[in-house]
Amino acid sequence: MTTHVSVLANPGFVPPGPADFQLPDIFNGNQVLLTKSSLLLVLAAVLVFVGFYATSRRGAVVPGKLQYAGEAAYSWVRDSIGRDIIGERDFIKYVPLLVSLFFFVLVNNLFGIVPILQFAPFSRAGFAYGLAGLVWIIYNGVGVARHGLLGYLKLQTVPGGVPTWILPLLIPLEFLSNLLIRPVTLSLRLFANMFAGHLLLLLFATGGDYLLLHATGPLVKPAGVLSFVMGIAVGFLEFIVEVLQAYVFVLLTATYISGALASEH
Amino acid sequence: MSLTHVAAGVQAASEPNPLVPKLPEIILVLIVFVALWYLIAKFVAPRFEQTFAQRRDAIEGGIARAEAAQAEAQAALAQYQRQLAAARAEAAQIRENARAEAQRIVEELRTQAQEESARIIARGEEQLASQRGAVVRELRGEIGSLAVELSEKIVDQRLSDDAQVRATVDAFLADLEQRDSADTGAGSST
Repeated sequence: MTTHVSVLANPGFVPPGPADFQLPDIFNGNQVLLTKSSLLLVLAAVLVFVGFYATSRRGAVVPGKLQYAGEAAYSWVRDSIGRDIIGERDFIKYVPLLVSLFFFVLVNNLFGIVPILQFAPFSRAGFAYGLAGLVWIIYNGVGVARHGLLGYLKLQTVPGGVPTWILPLLIPLEFLSNLLIRPVTLSLRLFANMFAGHLLLLLFATGGDYLLLHATGPLVKPAGVLSFVMGIAVGFLEFIVEVLQAYVFVLLTATYISGALASEH
Repeated sequence: MSLTHVAAGVQAASEPNPLVPKLPEIILVLIVFVALWYLIAKFVAPRFEQTFAQRRDAIEGGIARAEAAQAEAQAALAQYQRQLAAARAEAAQIRENARAEAQRIVEELRTQAQEESARIIARGEEQLASQRGAVVRELRGEIGSLAVELSEKIVDQRLSDDAQVRATVDAFLADLEQRDSADTGAGSST
């Protein structure tokens, strides 16, 4: 209790919070654009494109190591996400979208544990909203193009094989969940995972730093070491979360597109 | 305790809400991602798909070529077997023809020989008949004169001796016999 009070009472420790995600402007402006997160976002896109361009350019029938790696990455998204979820008939049109989406989100997320960079751009809500909004426009557009506006609305809101009397209850629910809540959950899931992960890392790093160097008390040094060890463990956890969130994001995108293309609910 | 609460309150008030987005960020992520999507769709995906298609073609083409070669070999084998069967049939036909031909020749020769032998026999018989006729004619002429000659001699001798007569007859017959044998010897030699 004394340690606790002493930590809190000490004005030297500032716990990490949302303000830590307001990274300074590169050009010292007013926190609008060109912050570190925006640059990382662009860097991720460049890395993804350059990586794929370099590995696909030769197009040898018998691939070298680099080409093989690029092909394996591309084919994995193409086959195990695109073909398996959207289906043999339509998937090929959406492969470029799914591939760029997965690797764009993945690289951005992995920036969260890359030394020096150490920031996942999708912990800025605006980026996650933008991407999820785009996915929302794409899957609804695909559905309307396939079934017409009314046909698509019927497909998304009227579940098949349900007694008629329950429909007045189900239609608003389905409309809400399929057309309005999907983009929100899609963006918030990505954003919140990245945000929380970064916050955790910050907490253990700054906390360990404070405990080891600034705090006074009987157990602060071991607690500081423990804090750093926990920080490293959370770093590994973050790696899993980052990969998983990229995967989930693309998986859901493919599922939404598949649902919009389906002829039955 | 109240102090920390106040501090936290102050901090919360001054902190930005992380859920509220900044519009430029939404626009930026849209531009960046759509650009990436375009580039991937334009430069990367077609190349990969082309490579996959080429690879599939290479594998399937190899299989197709092997199948074609096998089909060709089987066709050649079938043709060879067909030709062999045709040749065998032709040989059998030729053998059959030869046998028939031989039979026909034998048959022909036999009839020819039979005709020839019949002709020879007929001619021999004809000759024999004509010779016999000639002999009979000759004999008819000679028998008269011989009988006259013999009777003259017998009459001449009657007067002398019985034994003499018998001797004369014997001599005449021996003479006749001699002449006859000489005659047949001359006839067979001609």
